[in-house]
Amino acid sequence: MSLIVSAIGQGLLWGIMGVGLFLTFRILDFPDMTVEGTFPFGAAVCVTAITHGVSPILATLLAFGAGLLAGLVTGLLYTKGKIPILLAGILVMTALYSINLRVMGKANVSLLNQKTLFSFPFLKALPQYFDSIFIGLCLVIVTIVFLVWFLQTELGQSFIATGDNEFMARSLGIKTDGMKIMGLMVSNGFIGLSGGLMAQSNGYADVSMGIGVIVIGLASIIIGEVVFGELTMNQRLVAVVLGSILYRFVILIVLQLGFNTNDLKLISAVVLAFALMLPAFQTKFHTRQMIRKGLTTHDD
Amino acid sequence: MTTKEELLSLKDVVVSVNNGNELRPILKKLNLTINAGDFITILGTNGAGKTTLFNTIAGNLHPTSGQVLLRGQNIAQQNEEQRASFLARVFQDPKMGTAPRMTVAENLLLATQRGQRRGLRLRKLRQNRDRFREMCAEMGNGLENHLDTPTGNLSGGQRQALSLLMATLTSPDILLLDEHTAALDPKTSEQLMQYTMERINQNHLTCLMITHHLEDALKYGNRLVVIDDGRIEADYDAKQKQTMTREKLYDFFDETIG
Repeated sequence: MSLIVSAIGQGLLWGIMGVGLFLTFRILDFPDMTVEGTFPFGAAVCVTAITHGVSPILATLLAFGAGLLAGLVTGLLYTKGKIPILLAGILVMTALYSINLRVMGKANVSLLNQKTLFSFPFLKALPQYFDSIFIGLCLVIVTIVFLVWFLQTELGQSFIATGDNEFMARSLGIKTDGMKIMGLMVSNGFIGLSGGLMAQSNGYADVSMGIGVIVIGLASIIIGEVVFGELTMNQRLVAVVLGSILYRFVILIVLQLGFNTNDLKLISAVVLAFALMLPAFQTKFHTRQMIRKGLTTHDD
Repeated sequence: MTTKEELLSLKDVVVSVNNGNELRPILKKLNLTINAGDFITILGTNGAGKTTLFNTIAGNLHPTSGQVLLRGQNIAQQNEEQRASFLARVFQDPKMGTAPRMTVAENLLLATQRGQRRGLRLRKLRQNRDRFREMCAEMGNGLENHLDTPTGNLSGGQRQALSLLMATLTSPDILLLDEHTAALDPKTSEQLMQYTMERINQNHLTCLMITHHLEDALKYGNRLVVIDDGRIEADYDAKQKQTMTREKLYDFFDETIG
């Protein structure tokens, strides 16, 4: 039972990263590799700030700011430097590895005996692992409410249009370069935030904690889409978070089956590969109709 | 129209494109003056430079030499985002003018702000719905029943009608129609052309239309321009156009250009 509760909490905290990635991967329609550097960057900045006596709330906001900055650099390389987005992301991701070591001073910084978001007294009163759920839920709600509002503004609509038909967007006078930079910034901001939260939840930041993050984010997005199907934009944001929780369940089940934690990245990749191939299987074998048929009573 | 007001003029415009490792000129010292209220139909063989001319007017391409003057002001180096405030364009490909995953109403909403600053104000979709529904209903192709349909699910004709509506929504100073009916079946094409004329006349738009139909080139507009090899080969005014026939025009093409 406690494993399930823990998985939900983790899923919520990771879900913020998934939602951030959704902004670039689904709305702007390109893969942003910066994620792998931004996630530990947020963690490094947050943990270093806390160990230097900054309040946990401010440190968490700093993690968001760190992400904004990383996104800005990728955005500038991509739009002004005309570097292909995949390469721009990889460049920033690689550069951030050194920067993270600089920020933390060493490869791993512990938060032992430090005040974090999770050490507020009322959270201590909750049953085990419910603190992650509480904090995760609060921040997921803030994230989604912010994005639902933002995407309904004129600016948000221009952002969506840029990803949907850049040529048209420009012909309507939308500054598409600006939209891409903004999207990368907000996206990486939430990813940095998620990294900061994850570090506080785990009790440490590690320079290698970014490896495979993009796979986890994509898995959340794809699982959400495969499970919930056709949705509106607002519903899709929620579906990413639910996808993130489902992904944690899948990992939990796999580990319960006796796999080694060392195999986790391999398993993550296999889960994502299956989720990505599912739409192709569905059209081939009509899985969705078969499931539906299996669930409804037949009159004919 | 009492006096002719010069709206846009191109003076000795040269546009070259990078073709491998050599610059190849497409427009060769082209001169054209567009007056307010003009409706110019443009004819020319493939590769003559019609679309390059449109790209130059719209700001997608910048001239290597020469001037593009809007009411006397040189705008040659403005890009297409900056020119959106006075210019709109409809393309041949229905996919180019609309955002496929956004709904019809959302697309129209984007177009109401053509060339304006977009801020953090809410988009006001609900307040505009009735107005959009009326506009769509005028086109008579059922678009008004699809306000919440993603445009990617519409037929080519509906998408093209929507593109035209979006282009003319804010009454731009210049409307560019780049063979906008060419991808449609004859009936839909005629319907769209009829609706195009309504929008142009209602809003007193200045318009340039590229076409490959000699009949259309003669039937519509008050001027007919023939482009060949990067230059204006002929520029007929309304009177000359009236005496023109399809055969004469065809012969002209055969002798001078073909």
